[in-house]
Amino acid sequence: MKISPVFASWLQVGPLALVLTVFFGLPVLVVIAASFFDFDHMAIVPAFIFDNYEELFTSEVTLQLYLSSLKFAVIVWAITLLIGFTVSYYLVFHIDSLLLKIALFLVCSVPFWTSNIIRMISWIPFLGRNGIFNQILADLHISSQPLEFLLFSDFAVVVAYVHLFTLFMVVPIFNSMARIDTRLIEAAKDAGASRWSILREIVLPLSKSGIALGTIFVVTQVMGDFFVVKVMSGGQSASVVSALSNEIQQLQYPPAAASAVILVIVVMLMVAAILRVVDVRKELAS
Amino acid sequence: MASRTASGRRTWTFYLLTSLFAGFVLFLYGPMIVIYILSFQGETGGLTFPMTGFSSVWFHALIEGGRTGDISGSFQRSIVLAAITTVLTVLICVSAGLGFRRRFPGSGVVFYLAVASLVMPGIFVGLGISLGFQFAELETDWLISGLGAQLTWTLPFGLLVMFAVIGRFDRRFEEAARDLGASAWQRTREITLPILLPGIIGVGLFGFTLSYDEFARTLLTAGAKNTLPLEIWAMTTNVTSPALFAVGTVTTVISFAVIGSALGSIALIQRRRSRNAGTH
Repeated sequence: MKISPVFASWLQVGPLALVLTVFFGLPVLVVIAASFFDFDHMAIVPAFIFDNYEELFTSEVTLQLYLSSLKFAVIVWAITLLIGFTVSYYLVFHIDSLLLKIALFLVCSVPFWTSNIIRMISWIPFLGRNGIFNQILADLHISSQPLEFLLFSDFAVVVAYVHLFTLFMVVPIFNSMARIDTRLIEAAKDAGASRWSILREIVLPLSKSGIALGTIFVVTQVMGDFFVVKVMSGGQSASVVSALSNEIQQLQYPPAAASAVILVIVVMLMVAAILRVVDVRKELAS
Repeated sequence: MASRTASGRRTWTFYLLTSLFAGFVLFLYGPMIVIYILSFQGETGGLTFPMTGFSSVWFHALIEGGRTGDISGSFQRSIVLAAITTVLTVLICVSAGLGFRRRFPGSGVVFYLAVASLVMPGIFVGLGISLGFQFAELETDWLISGLGAQLTWTLPFGLLVMFAVIGRFDRRFEEAARDLGASAWQRTREITLPILLPGIIGVGLFGFTLSYDEFARTLLTAGAKNTLPLEIWAMTTNVTSPALFAVGTVTTVISFAVIGSALGSIALIQRRRSRNAGTH
């Protein structure tokens, strides 16, 4: 018996499609449906009302939450991009030995495989009022008063985000940079290009797809986060998802669902905007 | 290379970038190393330096439970869940990766489903699954809804790793085997899978670590019993002792053991290969 290639492919991809449909596709539809439901303090009532959305769009809090999340996303994006680009550039163009390159790349990526929550918590002894940072400042007589803004502040949130998400930027940028043909750079050098113009006119454009991919990862991670904001800001800052998780805790599922739907639309628009600028499929296909 | 001048000397940018890179590594590992040290804090010590002694009391506190919650139970559940997730992720992603080598009707839809699942905020997926279970009048359980929620995270990652691995695979090996009369199943089992093995171990590594540390998707889908990250999350709000760091040390040791054995076996396979290639 001979099975057709198309059928064979479907057999091979089938399990993936099945799991993603049951545990991702259907739940997305459930959330969309639930966002139109009514509720009281006892139960969710199936209905088709726009109250949840109306409340969302008329509340001033919504805009503030989005501005707060966007602010974090932009700051963290800029910092992780700078670090990610620099680290990748260093690894690709300054380390000649392939073995050393792989080793240093692994040094950068190992933390990615460990617990995010633990990595976030590990900033507490550093940034606290009596933490290491303030002790160093006191020992160096730079500041007699401990700095209060370090922990439980927006600053701590940004530090934790950068710590957690920079790898998402390093990996794709490193990948696209590593694919740059070194002969191209040699040729540019022979033609008299300075290192700065090589960076600007060869390396940067050819790393664009990696930068875009990293941007998508970092932005979606920050927009979807709530535990870093909750813990590291000490409850002073909020994000879209931290507000959403509060609603879930109070069992207000339909408003939470509406808020989740809007969040996803906003995130998708951001991703679409990034994809408009850079064709990432080229990156994935090659 | 760009890092040397015409005379072969290192340029000043090399030294600048080296120190920046060192700073980045310090930034990545410094805080983590500090909490490993602080987890051996003396009995009367607090969440930061100075150390008031050197003891393992915080590790004992974890095993005994009580104020620190059900660490050992949640730890066991996390290991079991990660193991199941790893096996399923490897099986499903390897199979799908091979299937995606042909374009077939619907391949685009499945691919975009996977990408969407990757960038979707975790809590959205968790909310959807938990509401779906509520509407279907099923109980959420870490081994069913929790497992499914984690797969929506590990499968897209595994698939991307498989794409990268298969992209580097030379199909001429398969064609040669076909010319020699190997059946499709023989080609897969004796040529394709062994060549892809290091990458497949990589998929497994992602499957395990992403599941073992997963939080946002598991939060609403684990049901009555917590996994370890959920238990740690609960600890951050009510435990203010170095026991918190002790948990961090224990789970990182596990992560490092898994990463080490995965990378070690990949290196071993590669070395054996280059040695064999040398003798032929």
